[in-house]
Amino acid sequence: MSANEQHILSYKKAFIVLVLLLILTGLTVVMAEVDLGYLNVVVALALATSKSLLVIMYFMHLQYERPYLKGVVFMTFLLLAIFIGFTFFDVSFRGGS
Amino acid sequence: MSNIHKDYEGAKLGMWLFLFTEILLFGGMFLLYAIYLAKFPSEFHKGGDELDVVIGGVNTVVLLISSFFVAISITAIRLGNKKACLRYVYITIACSLIFLVNKFFEWKAKFSHGIYPDSEHLKELSQGENIFYGLYFLMTGLHGLHVIIGAVVLGFAVYFIQRDKINKEDFVFLENGGLYWHLVDLIWIFLFPLFYLVL
Repeated sequence: MSANEQHILSYKKAFIVLVLLLILTGLTVVMAEVDLGYLNVVVALALATSKSLLVIMYFMHLQYERPYLKGVVFMTFLLLAIFIGFTFFDVSFRGGS
Repeated sequence: MSNIHKDYEGAKLGMWLFLFTEILLFGGMFLLYAIYLAKFPSEFHKGGDELDVVIGGVNTVVLLISSFFVAISITAIRLGNKKACLRYVYITIACSLIFLVNKFFEWKAKFSHGIYPDSEHLKELSQGENIFYGLYFLMTGLHGLHVIIGAVVLGFAVYFIQRDKINKEDFVFLENGGLYWHLVDLIWIFLFPLFYLVL
């Protein structure tokens, strides 16, 4: 595939994504004020994750890339999740400190 | 010159692979952050309260807007609108400068309170707070370095666009510069809630 056959992100779509990102940022700040205890971390990370998905899919154009590139990106984040997740298993079951 | 082989897909894949190494680099630091947050929750909370949410918030918005502009600069060049493309890249670079100026004032305020790496004041604080500030300076500092590099790369993009080396047919340099810039934005998306809003 040559460069010219690639999909072009429209101005309108880019702008909608920006507005969504700003709304999610506002929500992140507001939710941090509400005391949800342990859930605060979960909510903040869920919001951050949805923001990064928007950035990756639209601004970084991954939505319109071929499956192999999507697969490679997915594998990277899976790897990251595994090494963070497994370290947590280790730390939380170590006992004492 | 048209017989020079250009591998568009390969150039982009190469950029993504480089970004993965960056993601894993920051991933390692996020891991450190997570472990120490679990170990020193109240100290991290106290440290987070000291950081300026307004500056952090403004910088978040600045980076999101800059990401938007670099994304549409690619749209503009592909539609053959060189002028608009240049304008959008300039705005992105301006955003990076605003970000850095904010960061400068933020760090300056911290320094004047005696909070900087290896300061006497930090040594008197509890271990948890000390680690919090250590990670804060390390991660926002490394992120700031990426902002500077990203801005320089986009500066080169401006040079190439002006000389039509980046054009409607051949824009992968701008696209890869854009990808790098979005990564800078992505990292900040996580740094902001973790440090400024903690949690």
